[in-house]
Amino acid sequence: MNWFQKLIPSRIQTDGSGKKQQVPEGLWLKCPVCNAMLYRAELERNLDVCPKCSHHMRIRARARLDQFLDPDSGSEIAGDIQPVDTLKFKDSKKYRDRLVQAQKATGESDALIVYEGRLKGSPLVAAAFEFEFMGGSMGAVVGERFVRGARVCLERRIPLVCFSASGGARMQEALFSLMQMAKTSAALKRMSDEGIPFISVLTDPTMGGVSASFAMLGDVIIAEPKALIGFAGPRVIEQTVRQTLPEGFQRAEFLLEHGAVDMIVDRRDLRDTVAGLLAMLANQPAPAA
Amino acid sequence: MNMNFLDFEQPIAELEAKIEELRFVGDDSEVNISEEITRLQDKSRALTKQIFSNLTAWQVAQLARHPHRPYSLDYIQRIFTDFQELHGDRAYRDDPAIVCGLARLDGRSVAVIAHQKGRDTKEKLKRNFGMPKPEGYRKALRVMKLAERFSLPIITLIDTPGAYPGIGAEERGQSEAIARNLFEMSNLRTPLVCTVIGEGGSGGALAIGVGDRMMMMQYAIYSVISPEGCASILWKSAEKAADAAHAMGITSTRLHSLGLIDEVIDEPLGGAHRDPEAMAESLKAMLTASLDQVEHMPLDELLAARYEKLMSFGNFKE
Repeated sequence: MNWFQKLIPSRIQTDGSGKKQQVPEGLWLKCPVCNAMLYRAELERNLDVCPKCSHHMRIRARARLDQFLDPDSGSEIAGDIQPVDTLKFKDSKKYRDRLVQAQKATGESDALIVYEGRLKGSPLVAAAFEFEFMGGSMGAVVGERFVRGARVCLERRIPLVCFSASGGARMQEALFSLMQMAKTSAALKRMSDEGIPFISVLTDPTMGGVSASFAMLGDVIIAEPKALIGFAGPRVIEQTVRQTLPEGFQRAEFLLEHGAVDMIVDRRDLRDTVAGLLAMLANQPAPAA
Repeated sequence: MNMNFLDFEQPIAELEAKIEELRFVGDDSEVNISEEITRLQDKSRALTKQIFSNLTAWQVAQLARHPHRPYSLDYIQRIFTDFQELHGDRAYRDDPAIVCGLARLDGRSVAVIAHQKGRDTKEKLKRNFGMPKPEGYRKALRVMKLAERFSLPIITLIDTPGAYPGIGAEERGQSEAIARNLFEMSNLRTPLVCTVIGEGGSGGALAIGVGDRMMMMQYAIYSVISPEGCASILWKSAEKAADAAHAMGITSTRLHSLGLIDEVIDEPLGGAHRDPEAMAESLKAMLTASLDQVEHMPLDELLAARYEKLMSFGNFKE
C-alpha cells in the first residue's frame, strides 16, 4: 500500500488485486478516448457515456438491463443453466478452469443474461451479453438462454430486445458453438413468422458468429455510436487483403452508411427509441415519456 | 519427396516408388518379377490401411485439404445429369466460390448448392479459394427459395476454408448474408440434405449447412474456426494447429459420436482422391438414401423435426 492509498478512507479503498472490471472501484477514472478525468458516480448516472466526449464505454450485462428495463420489473430467464465442458477442451489452460475463473471474475455463470421485464410499462424480454465473460463468446448456454427468451416471447407474444457484445463463437465448445448460430436464428425465424418483433442492439464489439446470426436478424437493427461490428476481425482482414483498412472500417457509422444497420442511437436515448419503435410496430399509441 | 503424398504417407510413397521401379525393370528383363510386384502391392495396401486406421485430427485436416481431393464440380458431374448452373444474386454479381443449379439425380429434379475450390492457380483465384462473399450466400438463398417454390429437394456440398474476410465482403454485409441463410434454411419448406465433402470452415460452411440430414465424408473436417486460427488465438502460435485440431474434435468420427453429424460416408482406402469414381458412387448412394428418407416425411413433420434438432444442439447443466 503506498502513501496515497493509505490516505483513502477504508470504505472506498480498492482491493488493488488488479481485478479486471469495466468500471474500477475507484472514485475517479479516465475516459479512454478524451482522457477526461471522470467522477465515477456521475459517469454511472450518465449510463457510462463520457459526459465530455460521448464515448460509449463497455458496460456489464446487468448494468445494461438495469438501465434499460423499468426499475424492479424483471425476473431472470434460464439463469440457472450452467456451462459444461463436453469436449474436455484444453489449450494452455483447461476450459473448465477458464470457466471457473470467468465466473469468479464476473459473478455470472455464462456470457448472456436474459430477463423478462417491462419497458415503459410494456412487457418484453431483454437479453444482454456479458463481455467480461470470456469475451462474450457464444457457447451452448448463451444459445440456450437466447432460445428460452425467444420461447417466452412466443408464448406471451411479447417482443425481444438483445444487446450484443461478443467476440463471436466460443472456440472451447468448438462445433457446438457454431451450431448455436443456427439454433438462435431458427428461434428468430419462428418469432418472425408469428409477427413478434425482435430489436437487435449492436454494442461494442459485435463480431463473428454472433454478428453472423441473431445480431443481424433484427426487425430493426440499432447500433451504439462507434461500436465495432463485423464478421471477420480487422486484423484477420488486414492479413488477408494486405491493405490498410479504410478509416472507420467496421464502426457503427460505417455500417449505417453501407446499409447494414437502421440507425445509430445514443445509449441515453435507447429506452425512448426502442419503446417508441415497439409501440409503432404494435400499432399502439406512443408510450409516455 | 513425392508431392502426391502427404508427410505421414511417405512410407507408402516409398513403396509405390519401388513398385514403379520394378515395373520399369520388368519391361526389359527376362526375370519374372510380377510376383515381387504383387507382394509389394499387398504390402503397400496393408501399410496404407495401417496408417489410415490411426490418423490424427491434423492428418485428417491435411487430407480434407489435399490438392488432389475431388471438389464439388467433380462430384456434380459424376452424380447428376442435366446440371444447369444458375448464376448471380440478382443484386450485385455472381460469386464463383459457390455454384448453384438445377440437376437430375437418377431422373428426379433437385437443386444443388455447393462451394467450389479451384484446381490450378488461375481457377483458384477465380473461385477465391472457395471462400464466398455475401453475393455467393445470397445467390445460394435465391436458388433455395426457387427450389422451395417448385418443391424440389436441395442438396448442398460443403467445402470452404470459410467466408471471405475481405473489405468488400464486410461492406456488403457478410454477417447479414450468413445470418439470413441460417434463418431461412431453418424453415425452408423443402427437404435439405447437406454433406461436408472437404473443409467445413465455420460460418461460411454453416451458411449452406442447415438441413434435415447432415452428412460428412470420412476425411472431411468441420469446425468453428480453422485449427490454425484457433491455435494462434488460444496457443498464441499457429504452429500448434495440430493440438487445436485435436482439441476441437473436427473429424467426422468425433462429430458423429457427439451427435452433431447424422451420417459418415466412408472414403476409398487412402482418401477420396485415390478413387474419385468410387467416392462419387458412395456419395450418390448416400444422397439417394437420405432423400428417400426425408421425402417420405410429411412436410410439417419434417420441419418440426428440423427445428427440434436445431434446438437440441449444445450441452449444459440444469
